[in-house]
Amino acid sequence: MKGPIVVVGAGQAGASFVSRHVTLGGDAPVILIGEEPYAPYQRPPLSKKFLTGELERDRLWIRQPDWYGQNGITTRFGTRIAELAPSQRTVITDSGERIGYGKLVLCTGSRPRLLPDALGGSLDGVHTLREIGDADRLAERLGGSRRLIVIGGGYIGLEIAASARKLGLEVTVIEMAERILQRVASEQTSLYFRSLHRDHGVEILESTRIVRIAGRDGVARRVELDSGETIDADAVLVGIGALPNVELAEAAGIECENGICVDEACRTSDADIHAAGDCTSFVRNGQRIRLESVQNAADQGDLTARVLSGHDDRYASVPWFWSEQYDCMLQIAGLSQGFDRAVIRRNSTSGGQSVWYYTGERLIAVDAMNDTKSYAFGRRMLEMGMNPRADQVEDEQTDLKALLQAGMPK
Amino acid sequence: MVKITWKIAGKDDITADIPIGNTLMEAAVDNNVPFIEGECGGCLSCATCHVFVDPDWYGTTGAPGDFEEDMLDMTEVERSPTSRLSCQITASTELDGLVLHVPIPD
Ligand SMILES: Cc1cc2nc3c(=O)[nH]c(=O)nc-3n(C[C@H](O)[C@H](O)[C@H](O)COP(=O)(O)OP(=O)(O)OC[C@H]3O[C@@H](n4cnc5c(N)ncnc54)[C@H](O)[C@@H]3O)c2cc1C
Ligand code: FES
Repeated sequence: MKGPIVVVGAGQAGASFVSRHVTLGGDAPVILIGEEPYAPYQRPPLSKKFLTGELERDRLWIRQPDWYGQNGITTRFGTRIAELAPSQRTVITDSGERIGYGKLVLCTGSRPRLLPDALGGSLDGVHTLREIGDADRLAERLGGSRRLIVIGGGYIGLEIAASARKLGLEVTVIEMAERILQRVASEQTSLYFRSLHRDHGVEILESTRIVRIAGRDGVARRVELDSGETIDADAVLVGIGALPNVELAEAAGIECENGICVDEACRTSDADIHAAGDCTSFVRNGQRIRLESVQNAADQGDLTARVLSGHDDRYASVPWFWSEQYDCMLQIAGLSQGFDRAVIRRNSTSGGQSVWYYTGERLIAVDAMNDTKSYAFGRRMLEMGMNPRADQVEDEQTDLKALLQAGMPK
Repeated sequence: MVKITWKIAGKDDITADIPIGNTLMEAAVDNNVPFIEGECGGCLSCATCHVFVDPDWYGTTGAPGDFEEDMLDMTEVERSPTSRLSCQITASTELDGLVLHVPIPD
């Protein structure tokens, strides 16, 4: 390999890449380039404890900012890459500077899908949440507000709804699908979160579309719904999904389909370019998927560093994810898409429950709500390719540890 | 600040002054302790912050909580009687001088 490894995007995946590169003692010099003017930080707290003021800013770092230099990593924070020139193995910054690479790793992440201007998406008081600056602005807005409307009942929207309740605001969540979390979870899990939020005083309107956000003097004032109803609001949070940042790759002729297409070694269609994290899509069980999670970003970043150091690794991690809302900890292992059967297991010790997803006899995922035991054992079973019988799992008397051990190769 | 030591088989010990209130997972990452990753940021979902508390200190750190107890069943290196997830231990004056042993995967 001639020239340094250039990493574009200094978020979770970029940080995991350089951390693994350093622990493997990789010889190639690394340049970590990121548009945000900071070292990589954790995004999950932005909608949770950071938003409520329970976690301070300097505890968001993935690694202390001086760690990179101390470990031989050149950093260029606050620098946006405007263009890739793969034929010259060069990236070009927005100020026109050209930086050559031997290998390039794209970790550009994703960005919130915006509400069109015509629907009031650019009014003052309408927020999205991705970066620390967004969280600061949202926190400030919530501080002076009485009522928040959350458009979109996905994880980020629901977490922000919970945080806003904690801060004392009235909150309404508007979801156009029949149920919140429809895209990502079963009916059982949606139901659980619907009651959780209603118990905490959040109004949830499902099967409801917004007609527009109406404002006065450029400031959002109320949200008009297709039901004809209008709700006043001082703040609106739009949480309607994320789009992968593929534009650089696409313009450079790299294959993209709902993300930058990567193989099991995180290689793109260009032999010298890898990609990791929210910006990638890959094939799992015959389907091209894209994940937005710390696990995926960290594991793909880590794997790419191993591959570039000559290891013959393949990405096969069982996906996992978590979310925190009020006093409920949701933990998910596996991917439930395409399940044909879901059973509930109660945990009367913790007051929690879990949903176990199957296609036929095959266990594909577990959602655990305040039930870390089911998450931990479910995840181990998924990692080992075990398929515990649904009727056994459903029975709280079945000891999961014994079930796991019985299925382990001797 | 309190002093914490990580012992890593085959390598030099790492001893560092840790601000009171930080978790020992954060402390380990900040001090480059190998094999401690803290992927989930301390919310009991990854088990990549597993440590063996020195038996002399286990009485002081105390035993794991319920959720932590469950997660200890999925650590990469198998748990021992003094296993803890270090994101669940917060630096406090009682822990000044604490010794942790870092599990090393094969
Ligand atoms: C509010 C919030 C809460 C979340 N909660 C959870 C959770 O509880 N659990 C969970 O598992 N996941 C959660 N996630 C998702 C998780 O944070 C992401 O999946 C993860 O950060 C993805 O890492 P990444 O490196 O792919 O992208 P990012 O962390 O987004 O990093 C990408 C970086 O690339 C930079 N970049 C993009 N284009 C360029 C360019 N052209 N030039 C230079 N730099 C560029 C961006 O500025 C950004 O800093 C949450 C996300 C958000 C926003
Ligand atoms: S940091 Fe994830 S469980 Fe401790």
